[in-house]
Amino acid sequence: MPIDITMPALSPTMETGTLAKWLIKVGDAVKSGDILCEIETDKATMEVESIDEGTVTELLVAEGADAIPVGQVIARLSGEGEAAGPAKTAAAPASPPISEPAPPPPAVIAPGQPAADGPIFAPSKKAANTPVSATAPQSDARVNASPLARRLASAQGIDLASLTGSGPNGRIVKADLGTAKPAAAASASVVAPAPAPSSPATAAPSYPPPAGVPVESIKLSNMRKVIARRLTESKATVPHFYLTVDVRLDALLKLRGDLNKSLEATGIKLSVNDMLIKALGLALTAVPDSNVQFAGDVLHKFGRADISVAVAIPGGLITPVITDAANKRLSVIAAEMKDLAARAKDGKLKPEEYSGGTASISNLGMFGIKQFDAVINPPQGLILAVGAGEKRPYVVDDALAIATVMSATGSFDHRAIDGAVGAQFMSAFKALVEAPLGMLA
Amino acid sequence: MSETFDLAILGSGPGGYVAAIRASQLGMKVAIVEREKLGGICLNWGCIPTKALLRTSEIYHYLQHADAYGLSVTGVSFDLAKVVDRSRKVAAQLNAGVKGLMKKNKITVVEGVGRLTGVTQLTVKTGDSERVVDAANVIIATGARARDLPGTPADGDRVWTYRHAMVPPAMPTKLLVIGSGAIGIEFASFYHDMGSAVTVVEMLDRVLPVEDADISVHMAKTLTKQGMTLVTGAKVSDVRPGPDGVAATITTADGAAATDTYSHVIVAIGIVSNLEDIGLEALGVVVERGRLLVDAWGATNVPGVWAIGDVTGAPWLAHKASHEGIVAVEKIAGLNPHPFATWNIPGCTYSRPQVASVGWTEAMARDNGHEVRVGKFPFIGNGKAIALGEADGFVKTVFDAATGELLGAHMIGAEVTELIQGYVIARQLETTEAELTDTVFPHPTLSEMMHESVLDAYGRAIHY
Repeated sequence: MPIDITMPALSPTMETGTLAKWLIKVGDAVKSGDILCEIETDKATMEVESIDEGTVTELLVAEGADAIPVGQVIARLSGEGEAAGPAKTAAAPASPPISEPAPPPPAVIAPGQPAADGPIFAPSKKAANTPVSATAPQSDARVNASPLARRLASAQGIDLASLTGSGPNGRIVKADLGTAKPAAAASASVVAPAPAPSSPATAAPSYPPPAGVPVESIKLSNMRKVIARRLTESKATVPHFYLTVDVRLDALLKLRGDLNKSLEATGIKLSVNDMLIKALGLALTAVPDSNVQFAGDVLHKFGRADISVAVAIPGGLITPVITDAANKRLSVIAAEMKDLAARAKDGKLKPEEYSGGTASISNLGMFGIKQFDAVINPPQGLILAVGAGEKRPYVVDDALAIATVMSATGSFDHRAIDGAVGAQFMSAFKALVEAPLGMLA
Repeated sequence: MSETFDLAILGSGPGGYVAAIRASQLGMKVAIVEREKLGGICLNWGCIPTKALLRTSEIYHYLQHADAYGLSVTGVSFDLAKVVDRSRKVAAQLNAGVKGLMKKNKITVVEGVGRLTGVTQLTVKTGDSERVVDAANVIIATGARARDLPGTPADGDRVWTYRHAMVPPAMPTKLLVIGSGAIGIEFASFYHDMGSAVTVVEMLDRVLPVEDADISVHMAKTLTKQGMTLVTGAKVSDVRPGPDGVAATITTADGAAATDTYSHVIVAIGIVSNLEDIGLEALGVVVERGRLLVDAWGATNVPGVWAIGDVTGAPWLAHKASHEGIVAVEKIAGLNPHPFATWNIPGCTYSRPQVASVGWTEAMARDNGHEVRVGKFPFIGNGKAIALGEADGFVKTVFDAATGELLGAHMIGAEVTELIQGYVIARQLETTEAELTDTVFPHPTLSEMMHESVLDAYGRAIHY
């Protein structure tokens, strides 16, 4: 009996994936934990591990194939001890049978009761939380779990055996699967017919390029499609308004210099952006009405400020999240940011590291941009766009002087945040940056 | 005089007495304090005696329609005093039953008005004497009472709460019911079937506003067809009892006001927790918006003080109180009970037609971000319903489209209050549509509609 390997759902929003690279070939013996392939999703490239053992009999999609729906069979293994069947797909290189014809499989497969002779199927090894679901039912056969928990686990690619049940007699119930958010559960569908491949990146009609101009048409990466779809959705459905303040940076720059001197031994170096992340977190906490999210008939008001930080990466951008930024020390934020940004550039972020967030920050100051208006990252309620800190003529104590000043512009979702609240938030942010010792308190 | 117990419970309603029995089973020495009758409102003045009354009005209705079943019955009438007497006897029988249960479980019953005089101490006043009960843990289970109309407290003469409505000295000729929750609709149904002219006024835009919107629509249609007057989105004001009746003004949403005189008014606009004069303030037990704040096991912010039932907030149901009582006692005993799952508590309304539901309404499911699959099956498609002469009503099921989780079930029609437990078990066991689809339901029964509704959600109902 062959084991189907399917396109796994590697993130809650993933509907299709691109098979970036095969790391196995037909005839390879695969053990649990072996890397099978690399899948490019909306945001990152991830390695997929096997949870089964067997011999690769078929690779059903070619390298580079894109828009493969979650759940589609991408490869087949023969069971352990079973002869590899002949490959019969055109997509994979043909391969001759590698052993003599298999003896007939035993009529009854009883996991855990090895027959004296003849090939048997070893029950699949349980890999801890591997986000791959190939042949879930047979490995879960003796796990005490509710039907709903089984279905959710299968959809999310979670091995039930890796969970501890909180129900009667240790029964695994829905709550044990980490209370998947309704929206997330909805997209990780197994019951409903597979959702139609996600609509074209934007609703915009596609125009032919102007005639006669040299052109190279580059196929959109999954990331670019997601950026296009989400930001179109944001501008089309979220009523934005914008508030700009000029913020004096001299005190913050001095504090940064002092702190970095004292941190020299540790190798940690605070950037201005690290300090602005913290200030944003504290400002959201100080004005809780701005730390909100519009959700139809309800408004979600958050008790913690998680900051999504826009990081430019090759081919697009991604927003790793600094959780609880208001309460983290600056050195912790700096260390986390350094790690997240480095892994973001390598496409190695885990989905949970770039999803969530209660507000965003985007900083184009390093490019000399004076001021800009950012597009809200839905479903969040605000994003702060930070320009360059530059020496400007500035009125200090009623006299014209030179000060280092940056312009910061908040974009707000007016359904969730009104002008006065937005203004309070901007003013709180400005006050924190201009008197930055408050961030250390 | 002071005695020491492992557990003292203030209030012997369906929360308190069930908690007491469970505690006794677990080996605790238990005292239960009651100022009125063992069993509380539920079996003395609530659930049980109203079901006795509604049984009478149901049989009365059938007798009046006996012809439809080929029977000739003439001269049908009733003696109100006997109707009420039967209801009281039913209550008395159950009250005696609870007494027997307390005795069997060696629970000390302390009659009198109790109040917390320390975290682990109740002082119970009976007449002029006081008795002090010390206990390692105390459970507050004092329940709730009917909310009064502002400015017009129920007088028991012409302005009634449920409690007066249960022991009417005479039949109301023209009855105004204010509030269309379960209590309002049950009394409206009883008095209407017994021959009163009944008007129900609801402030929100539909009757039974906590139920699924489809249920409200169907209930309104059915009651109106029966001859009841329903006014929704309306307020009642200027309720003035006089010698000849009660004048009241009904103002609808469009501003139109009409004043009329009714023989009686039943006030069913909600309930208020009994939190006064039981010593909560001195101990600093947190009360928020009229209810005691508790965790999923019934613990208040003061260690040793627990609360269950109506005092902890909605849903105000006897079976919720009983279950909370068991959870709290098992937690106190150091067991590992399941935290309380509000969404698995069924709600029932015993009017004609009956209503029963569990879980989320379709609107709530959608508002919470679920893509839903909805199934609906009418009584007219069910053989047993037609044979019973009860072909009105439907069964509605709401599933999460992605996971097949049964999010909610909503039923209206004959005997649905006895059917809903099937879906409650399904939710408790976290079944999906697959298990329900594969379950064999007996034929011919009303329960087949529960199966068909599930099938309908997946586009494969057989009989409709």
